Amino acid sequence: MIIPDFRISPRVDQVGIEERASRVTKRSIKKESKMNGLLLALNMIDLTTLEGKDTDGKVKQLCYKAQHLHDAYPGLPTVAAICVYPSMVKTAKQALGNSGVKVASVATAFPSGQAPRDVKIRDTKYAVANGADEVDMVISRGKFLMGEYNYVFDEIAAIKEACGDARLKVILETGELGSYDKVRRASDIAMYAGADFIKTSTGKISPAATLPVTLVMLEAIRDFYYVTGKMIAMKPAGGISKSKLALHYLVMLKEVLGEAWMNNEWFRFGASSLANDLLMQIVKEKTGLYQSKDYFSID
Amino acid sequence: MAKTVIKKSNIHISSNGMEKHIPEKRLEVLKTYKIYIGGQFPRTESGRYYVPVNKSGKKLANVCLSSRKDFRDAMESARGAFGGWSGRAAFNRGQILYRMAEMLEGRKAQFIDELIQQDSTAAQAEVEVNLAIDRLIYYAGWCDKYQQIFSAVNPVASSHFNFSVPEPTGVVAVIAPQNDSLLGLVSVIAPVIAGGNTCVVLGSFDKPLCCVTFAEVLNSSDLPGGVVNILTGKSSELASWFAEHMDVNAVVYCEKDEATQKMFKEKSAVNVKRVVLYDKVNWYSDAGQSPYFINDTQEIKTTWHPIENIGGGGSKY
Amino acid sequence: MAKTKNNTLKLQFDTTWNYAPAPESKSIASIKPRYELFINGEFVKPSSKKYFDTINPANEEKLSEVADANAADIDKAVKAARTAYDKVWSKMPAKERAKYIYRIARMMQERAREFAVIESLDGGKPIRESRDFDVPTAANHFFYYAGWADKLEYAFPNRTAVPLGVAGQIIPWNFPLLMAAWKVAPAIATGNTVVLKPAETTPLTALKLAEIIQEADLPPGVVNIITGAGATGAAIVNHPDIDKIAFTGSTDVGKIIQKAIAGTNKKATLELGGKAANIIFEDAPLDQAVEGVINGIFFNQGHVCCAGSRLYVQESVYKTVLRKLKDRLETLIVGDPLDKNTDIGAINSKQQLETIHKYIKIGQQEGAEMFQSSCALPGKGYFCRPTLFTNVAQSSRIAQEEIFGPVLTIQTFRTEDEVIEKANNTPFGLSAGVWTDKGSKIFNMTTKMRAGVVWANTYNKFDPTSPFGGYKESGYGREGGLHGLSAYVNLI
Repeated sequence: MIIPDFRISPRVDQVGIEERASRVTKRSIKKESKMNGLLLALNMIDLTTLEGKDTDGKVKQLCYKAQHLHDAYPGLPTVAAICVYPSMVKTAKQALGNSGVKVASVATAFPSGQAPRDVKIRDTKYAVANGADEVDMVISRGKFLMGEYNYVFDEIAAIKEACGDARLKVILETGELGSYDKVRRASDIAMYAGADFIKTSTGKISPAATLPVTLVMLEAIRDFYYVTGKMIAMKPAGGISKSKLALHYLVMLKEVLGEAWMNNEWFRFGASSLANDLLMQIVKEKTGLYQSKDYFSID
Repeated sequence: MAKTVIKKSNIHISSNGMEKHIPEKRLEVLKTYKIYIGGQFPRTESGRYYVPVNKSGKKLANVCLSSRKDFRDAMESARGAFGGWSGRAAFNRGQILYRMAEMLEGRKAQFIDELIQQDSTAAQAEVEVNLAIDRLIYYAGWCDKYQQIFSAVNPVASSHFNFSVPEPTGVVAVIAPQNDSLLGLVSVIAPVIAGGNTCVVLGSFDKPLCCVTFAEVLNSSDLPGGVVNILTGKSSELASWFAEHMDVNAVVYCEKDEATQKMFKEKSAVNVKRVVLYDKVNWYSDAGQSPYFINDTQEIKTTWHPIENIGGGGSKY
Repeated sequence: MAKTKNNTLKLQFDTTWNYAPAPESKSIASIKPRYELFINGEFVKPSSKKYFDTINPANEEKLSEVADANAADIDKAVKAARTAYDKVWSKMPAKERAKYIYRIARMMQERAREFAVIESLDGGKPIRESRDFDVPTAANHFFYYAGWADKLEYAFPNRTAVPLGVAGQIIPWNFPLLMAAWKVAPAIATGNTVVLKPAETTPLTALKLAEIIQEADLPPGVVNIITGAGATGAAIVNHPDIDKIAFTGSTDVGKIIQKAIAGTNKKATLELGGKAANIIFEDAPLDQAVEGVINGIFFNQGHVCCAGSRLYVQESVYKTVLRKLKDRLETLIVGDPLDKNTDIGAINSKQQLETIHKYIKIGQQEGAEMFQSSCALPGKGYFCRPTLFTNVAQSSRIAQEEIFGPVLTIQTFRTEDEVIEKANNTPFGLSAGVWTDKGSKIFNMTTKMRAGVVWANTYNKFDPTSPFGGYKESGYGREGGLHGLSAYVNLI
């Protein structure tokens, strides 16, 4: 693979990209499209808890929820994965058993990434050794903003190596990058360095995922695919808590990357409260009645 | 044709009385009135001439009776000069117009003389030449200002920077006022070129001397060749060629002749030329000059560009 | 970026998850079975007693029938306009004029959804465009010019602006309501009265506007709206008591009008055809450029005089741009104009569809390579797939003549110099587009384009404050903004 000069990554015009992103919000998703979209989105969720106060108990409850989203309606899909800190991986792995729900672990001194590389590698290896199927790393934004693209690239490559068979999600933390041009550049660096996923945000910084930022990244994935033939998965994370917004993301995915990406192997939502909103909408579609939160478990 | 007049010389009688009756005969050098195309003074390709006469019956000169082919050649020069002239700094165009005024001032006596030959009184001639000089100064000053008068920054609702500026329409074919042969000529040429256009101008048929001499002024005043091309000849013969030439962007016509006005409007449709009529303008009055004359041969161009909106109040990123 | 290794890679946009039909409700639109002429504040029968059908181009069904005005009706309308001008409108304090126009703007905003539905039914344009663009922009146009009515002394330094009198206005079928707004708003704001004729295939929203004008209590005769085809238009152009002709339409008709009014004192503004170049440099933000090209040519089915119908791509990015264009084309939805998800609606008329097909055939005969999206077309109605032609020469007819449909020609270029020459190599001069990340290049390009509207790193943007109009055979005069006022005043 020829590594391009990341300084000349394609430019992005802010007004143009935001126009295109807002165009996807004009798609009207009704009836069976809506139902199918809601179910698809549900199945794409990385159900997430990333708090200092996380405990085994909390994680176990979340893992149960991941497999039993709303048993009042049998036949609902599970979420795609549970996303936790490395210390919770073992608990999550046990709780999920062979349900098919994956365990994703953040690593590399999440969320700031401000740690020496060997610490990040050990962090990653620890998560994988405890059974993580997926690793969500953060890039060194400081180095990136200093223009040290090789450093960022090498670090991602090193973490990828440490991941072994686990799939690597590279979090760009787009809210700290400052422009769409830089989001595009960071996406290119991550993909060429070996990312399996590129992911917008840690959820700890505002703004987190937005439609235009995701569009920039999806377009980067598309360009990378045409150049290398390799598919990269996408994960917008943070700030996606409403069904309508999730459907906008699916529209975007459909119109930028198409069928091959329209499943949870290639697209995820990093979210904690989206699942319940989707469930409420699904039930509303089925019953025709607007729903109350009291009828949906909060885990 | 100005007749060769051998003036009766004074008879000098020398002190010794030996030299008697030696006439100081000097043959006056007559000017050939040629047309002005691309900074050169060719004769008409047609080889045709006409001889205008003034009211007292005096033949003024042999003057080129320009043909449609002269017009075609002049158009080619004008089009060729357009890119350079319109691309010049406005300030520089102003300096050149000012230089034209300087040159005209320097040859004031000649113009007065020609106007007198063409039936003006000395007083009228002097007024006309002075006004012509001042008119050039007036438009010299406008060269880098009219844009500011006729431009706008448009506050569009979307996140775009949007502005409209005047740009020259291109090549303008002008039939100059037939009566005010110098002031009219200057008054129609100046706004056209101040605005960055180039032009082909047909001067006054009956009073053609000044337009040819004015070409000499142009030629000595840093104005690039081809920016102004001056023909002499018959409006009735050339007007329809002006109107129908596919590379003319605008025509200017200054007479009240309704048939010709109609012809211009009608035939100009062939390529949607702009038709500008100045049949009610008194070139001697203040109303004979204004930036609106410049505007008449301008196009408004509107440019859009996105404005990035990241950071600060209202940051969207 | 490294060169594409694998040309067989293809994205699949025909996905299992699809958009269900999402039609906008028609119930909001009340369309009468028959419309009369709006003259002197009243709806009156045409003296010919004739009516013609207006149909929905998406299903070829009749929507209504409208009156066919003849010269006698025009005369009546002009007389009404003249009387209104002499007795009322030119004498009314400007600030009062303004308030009437504001009132019209507000009423249009209130009835926006109804206007949008009717516009899409009658003209075939997608509801997304009529709802989000045509109708709001039309209302905004009235709002903008209303404010000018009592501020004209600030518009023209050292001059006094006086109205012209009666304006005859003839508008096309591509933006029926918006064009009516572009014509009527500045004319009446500056104190003129008008006789407006909408196109024969799209008269309904103009007639709805007449209803609003009536409801707004605008003095009778200030705005008269009459319907008919070419002969009706000719009767307006030739009426001796009209002071001003404002026309938007084809260059051919524009030339006929210029000739027809040659012997008169009528002033004219003409907004005619175009064949705009849209130029992509290698350093452009390519994805936004591609989106701009898509908006440039497929907006309103390509029925846009300023459509970016000639694409010039710098050779070094040609393959990438073409691939991106094709991918984007595949995601465009052609179909029911009233469906909120439709990107490309119905071609306005059978005749226009035939014209477009004729050019597509010409393109193929000229040896250009055609690409069309694979989307399904509805069985009824006039539809055309979005179409690209590559391998196009500058001398190809499809690259020279205005097609007025969703057909894009693509050519490559190497240098700035070359593309400037090619872009300007046309009798038209309405608009142009430039895509590059380099500021100084933008200004060079936008300055060199011989066109009245130049979009840099964007395309097909419109705003009431922004003047619009062409160079060369694209017409003369400007509509919109401060400059749009000049078309309707004499300066003394």
